[in-house]
Amino acid sequence: MPRPFTPKAITANALLEGDVIYMSHEGQWVRDLRQARAFTEAEAAEAALAEAAKDGMAVGAYLTDVKLGEHGPEPTHFREDFRRTGPSNYFHGKQEATANV
Amino acid sequence: MYKYNDFDEAFVRERVAQFSAQVARRIDGSLTEDEFRPLRLMNGLYLQLHAYMLRVAIPYGTLSSRQMDQLAHIAETYDRGYGHFTTRQNIPYNWPKLPDVPAILSDLADVEMHAIQTSGNTIRNVTADHFAGAAADEVADPRPVAELIRQWSTDHPEFQFLPRKFKIAVSGAKADRAVIKAHDIGLYLREQDGELGAQIIVGGGLGRTPMVGKVLKEWVAFEDLLPYLEATVSVWNLLGRRDNKYKARIKITVHEHGIEEIQERVEARFAQVKQAFGGIDTEMLREIETHFAAPAFRNAPTDAFDSAYETDPVFRAWADTNLSAHKAPGYAIATISIKEPGQTPGDASADQMRVMAELARQFGHDELRISHEQNVILPHVHKSDLPAIHAALKEAGLATANIGLVSDIIACPGMDYCALATARSIPVAQGIATRFEELKLEHEIGPLKIKISGCINACGHHHVGHIGILGLDRAGVENYQITLGGDATEDMVIGDRTGPGFAYDEIVPAIERILFAYLDLRDGPEETFLDAYRRLGMAPFKDALYPPKEEKANAA
Repeated sequence: MPRPFTPKAITANALLEGDVIYMSHEGQWVRDLRQARAFTEAEAAEAALAEAAKDGMAVGAYLTDVKLGEHGPEPTHFREDFRRTGPSNYFHGKQEATANV
Repeated sequence: MYKYNDFDEAFVRERVAQFSAQVARRIDGSLTEDEFRPLRLMNGLYLQLHAYMLRVAIPYGTLSSRQMDQLAHIAETYDRGYGHFTTRQNIPYNWPKLPDVPAILSDLADVEMHAIQTSGNTIRNVTADHFAGAAADEVADPRPVAELIRQWSTDHPEFQFLPRKFKIAVSGAKADRAVIKAHDIGLYLREQDGELGAQIIVGGGLGRTPMVGKVLKEWVAFEDLLPYLEATVSVWNLLGRRDNKYKARIKITVHEHGIEEIQERVEARFAQVKQAFGGIDTEMLREIETHFAAPAFRNAPTDAFDSAYETDPVFRAWADTNLSAHKAPGYAIATISIKEPGQTPGDASADQMRVMAELARQFGHDELRISHEQNVILPHVHKSDLPAIHAALKEAGLATANIGLVSDIIACPGMDYCALATARSIPVAQGIATRFEELKLEHEIGPLKIKISGCINACGHHHVGHIGILGLDRAGVENYQITLGGDATEDMVIGDRTGPGFAYDEIVPAIERILFAYLDLRDGPEETFLDAYRRLGMAPFKDALYPPKEEKANAA
């Protein structure tokens, strides 16, 4: 039996700012993982990634594993957790932006 | 200090203009990322975890006050108000935005700095002993040779597409403070029959296959040095493996072919390239040497130092750990620790950078150095000025007296910033430093070098730390391996792994167990950790790290 498909989100870095971005349900780049679209089928994920990779304003788009949380997709690996948050030595990056909202 | 001539100035300015146009073409969509990536890497611009990272070279670790001020200006104007000094004598900025990078490079060019060849498969920023030109044990100042190599290697047409990156380091002193034997080529400047030359070490490196460099040639006269380096890089350029990036570095080429074959090939190639140089390299070296004339040292009493040393215990503690012997009478080399326990090793705020620049301007013949150990150095200070310097440092939070001690830790950026990292390094360093600050055991433990890398590439030099820590990703969880007994000096040793790794929240207690075992087992305070490890071997430290199973069972 094939292994069950782990849900995926599409992520990249923004060309101008360099920060982490995610593909939303509307096909727009957003900065909050919770607003990202979680793909539950491999084919749809691959097709959307191929499309996202053509966008010159995003760099290095790839599929990342997510789990479906109460408020939207959540990372399954600590690397992606840092990407969605920021560094641990300073309150810089996304954590800072979230705090200012 | 080296001063750019018209050629240097025009070259760096032209590169800024080229890269500015490349950035514009990338932003308007004329260049794809695949086309742009090699261009940005040639100019030191990476895309990391959270942002771009611009890696600025500090050639052989030497800065003027004006340059340090400009680094502070860049940190404040385009970044997050701080700079991070690395083991490669670089200063990467962690938060620049792509449209700002041309302006940053232009600001750097204003003070004769650049980010050229801080990435890519080229000869990278040449590093050197951070006490260059000042150390009491110096045979020759390594900076003229390092500057000659910088000029020769910058945009060298034969060496722009090497099998892999290539790092050269130069030391001109008896003690190796520049980790010479962990470089692709390392030079020890030595005198022979009254003439200066260099012993050439080749094939050192850390990373996934750590190797101690081997002697390629016992001594090469300065007049043959550049052709000899060109011959060596040229041999590797053709022989080095391009089929596997993990086997591409010259250390693997030397290992696979044997040092004798490499020596033969280099000698043969040297015979071909030597005449092409025609002596211009020697002329250039002579000219460069004039830029590095020693400052006009003054002859003055040191009473102010002596009385502060006697009466002020805080000053005395700082002087005992942070000063080194200078070659000029009445002078000292002052190392400014940018590793206050709890802070990020190697980080300085823009304000702190300006304080250090001002101190260099006022008291230090306008010179600063950045060490691979991630500290800042005032290489030439008269002892009578040290109490004033210390007072100013205290005010700026820069008077930490910990050089060479537990909290003077090298740590790479790790997974807090680096796209290649497999685990965090910075919080581990912060945790260890803070813990031993609480225990008040730092001075009791004495000389100790802890070095932490957040991945196998070993930017944090963990293999050659007395205690090395390597952060890995084990099944999706951070895990830290420990090595003991490494040595970064001229007697380089790669440390031994203790055994299974430790979880993130176990690594600080593990280091504590090692150091308590050392305090119990040492032959008195004179026996350093490294000496004790050499005498005792791994066994007692392993026992301390990994309690026997029955103890574990009882504890559970």
